[in-house]
Amino acid sequence: MAENFDLVVLGSGPGGYVAAIRASQLGMTVAIVERERLGGICLNWGCIPTKALLRTSEIYHYMQNASAYGLSATGVSFDLAKITERSRKVAGQLNSGVKSLMKKNKIAVVEGTGVLTAATQVTVTTGDQTRVLTGKNVIIATGARARDLPRLKADGERVWTYRHAMVPPAMPTKLLVIGSGAIGVEFASFYSDMGAEVTIVEMLDRILPVEDEEVSAFMAKALAKQGMRILTGAKVSDVTPGKDAVAATITTSDGKAAAESFSHVIVAIGIVPNTENIGLEALGVATDRGHIVNDGFGRTNVPGLWAIGDVAGAPWLAHKASHEGIIAVETIAGLHVHPLDKAGIPGCTYSRPQVASVGMTEAKAKAAGHTIKVGKFPFIGNGKAIALGEAEGFVKTVFDATTGELLGAHMVGAEVTELIQGYVIARTLETTEAELQHTVFAHPTLSEMMHESVLDAYGRAIHF
Amino acid sequence: MIDITMPALSPTMETGTLSKWLVAVGDTVKSGDVLAEIETDKATMEVESIDEGVVAELLVEAGTEGVPVGQVIMRLSGDGEVAAKPAPAAATVAVEVPKAAVPVAVAPVPAPVTVAASKDGRINASPLARRIAQVQGVELSAVTGSGPNGRIVRADVEAAAGKPVVAAAAPVAAVPAPMAAPAAPAAPFTSDIPHVVEKLGNVRKVIARRLTEAKQTIPHIYLTVDVQLDALLKLRGELNAALEPRKIKLSVNDMVIKALALALRQVPKCNVSFAGDSLVSYSRADISVAVAAPSGLITPIIVGADAKPLSVIATEMKALADKARDGKLQPHEYQGGTASLSNLGMFGIKQFEAVINPPQAMILAVGTGEKRPYVVNDALAIATVMSITGSFDHRAIDGADGAALMQAVKTLIENPLGLVA
Repeated sequence: MAENFDLVVLGSGPGGYVAAIRASQLGMTVAIVERERLGGICLNWGCIPTKALLRTSEIYHYMQNASAYGLSATGVSFDLAKITERSRKVAGQLNSGVKSLMKKNKIAVVEGTGVLTAATQVTVTTGDQTRVLTGKNVIIATGARARDLPRLKADGERVWTYRHAMVPPAMPTKLLVIGSGAIGVEFASFYSDMGAEVTIVEMLDRILPVEDEEVSAFMAKALAKQGMRILTGAKVSDVTPGKDAVAATITTSDGKAAAESFSHVIVAIGIVPNTENIGLEALGVATDRGHIVNDGFGRTNVPGLWAIGDVAGAPWLAHKASHEGIIAVETIAGLHVHPLDKAGIPGCTYSRPQVASVGMTEAKAKAAGHTIKVGKFPFIGNGKAIALGEAEGFVKTVFDATTGELLGAHMVGAEVTELIQGYVIARTLETTEAELQHTVFAHPTLSEMMHESVLDAYGRAIHF
Repeated sequence: MIDITMPALSPTMETGTLSKWLVAVGDTVKSGDVLAEIETDKATMEVESIDEGVVAELLVEAGTEGVPVGQVIMRLSGDGEVAAKPAPAAATVAVEVPKAAVPVAVAPVPAPVTVAASKDGRINASPLARRIAQVQGVELSAVTGSGPNGRIVRADVEAAAGKPVVAAAAPVAAVPAPMAAPAAPAAPFTSDIPHVVEKLGNVRKVIARRLTEAKQTIPHIYLTVDVQLDALLKLRGELNAALEPRKIKLSVNDMVIKALALALRQVPKCNVSFAGDSLVSYSRADISVAVAAPSGLITPIIVGADAKPLSVIATEMKALADKARDGKLQPHEYQGGTASLSNLGMFGIKQFEAVINPPQAMILAVGTGEKRPYVVNDALAIATVMSITGSFDHRAIDGADGAALMQAVKTLIENPLGLVA
């Protein structure tokens, strides 16, 4: 017997569960299907538990540098098992939080593996039991997983994906991180601060390649200063796990290849969307390089079938998935919504130092044909940054010279992941440089740098 | 009293025809009731009430053309409200497409529209919208806002300024006056011959204006080539047998759509728009396909046809053609496209030249597939052959590039496995 709902959501990550809650708010009856744990990768194996780990490495770093603040701390050490335990506890707390949110919103949680057996029908298998859920609409929010090396599957022993790196069986002594996107750089930062000797290998000519070039250059210098080895324009081949070490060949940008040995390897070379075995092929769902194609409102080419989040393409960010979920549900409900504006999605990397950005890089703004004004303000010119002992970093802003539109903002330094939202709101409200210049910023705060950067774009910075 | 205004059914709509009232004075209206039918350039849509009350006045007669967006068209007296009570509430009208059996089919529901200017004359617009309006010389009070509470946002100003569509229309403005004439004859028509005069619908008016513009301003060149269809027909038979369980049936036209889209990607110099002082090159092939609808020709679009499987093109084309015939296409489903395709083969037309659909720079005219004497391997044989003719905007596309496109289409049709690879 089929059970009928207004909406069936396949996958309960930050895209799926948020869509389900919004649908419930709008009076729909909703079922959500999850094969593992409510909350998906984000809060079980991604965003949240890594932030718990990075908080540990940050505090550890401060304890080791206590003397810089007039403190003394001796015998500073750590217990890896307890660090991991804390991170898992944080994830567990949020997982039960989502459970209670589902209950509060009267959403039917169906545990098991869901397959589309028709455009608006999901058959869920749990063990030998089968349930058939029919929805007036179905949202696919199955997410993505780590991409493996071409001929080597990460085994969790010495070759890890993000998932293994979050629950390390042992602390790496000599770590190779392949890939320098947000995930690679965050783990590099964590393990480096915990004492590992870290090498980052990036195929492109700079690390954090989606960020502004100045941010990439700054980060490469900052991480190298912390003791990391950064190899750009380089390739890793022949990764061979052994009993006590992993052998790998690194070909550097000058074409020289050398065999090296590492205690552990983290593979962070991107993601693969979870589109297999969920019945997409039989329905003729259109995909583009593996990702389901949607129309900006979440619609696929199959009537009644919607796709949001990682499975529906870049940027692969939890907040993108959540927002796409809301847009899709509100469109289903016939509300007035705008399609997702990908240019307005901020991106954050929680390494030490942190990186945050929104909108176009300087190079992209130029390539798009804008005549631009660029402002830049360094942390060293900010009182609060100096008082915090965090004088490393900058805030860069890119404006269209004709309209004053804030095309992009790029920040690196302490707490910038919390600062970026100011610029994101400014963009959503369509402010120009004038409103930002006329805004009063509290003193002393790191936010003042956001003001100064805007002033600098127009030759008016006060403190630098 | 609640004022109900003429809604904007698309970002660029300025006026519309109030074709029919579905309520009368004295009727009680609930939220969700359909109030009127409105005809825009190409579609008829229903206006739904989101307020409750009794219809007090209908201020615009049914059949009135050119009602500006934002003009008050009717008044509702609210629940137990005194008629003389001043301060009208913000006028809100929701628009919904009728016959929406599956909610998904309801395309982006056009905005609930409110007029951006408030009582005190302040215009509700974002700072960036104000700046762009100033730079581009757009009068903000004439712009309808699509943001929260009718706020004018950047996209509204850009739409009003006609960007980027008008960029392509710019050369049109340089053409001397007569081009404007055909849609509006100076004197009423008179004749002794028995006849009927029928007022032009909006669709027919737009067709007249655009075709006149196109033929008068675009220097067309025409390139014709014969293509042998046998391999394509064989593949189509095999594909249709395989697609039978999915109830999908490919037409020859679906396959020609795909061939044209792929050819445009192979010969990017033909996937362009001529825009006055610049040339726009598209990195996706969106094919506008001419469909005969009762109210006149309309061209729904297969977006990204170069990247879509044939089964998807066939499914989309069928849905779009059905909607076109019912007059229910949403503006985003027929506005845009990077090139067009017109097929008169089903009428036995052997070959013809089509008029370019600006700002596009090419259209492919497809004739009938028929058995003809054909030289195959130096011997006379019978083959199924079809003549296709490309019309190209010669300002943007050189003859050799147009010829390269026609050759690419021919190769793809004659070696059709390339269409499914």
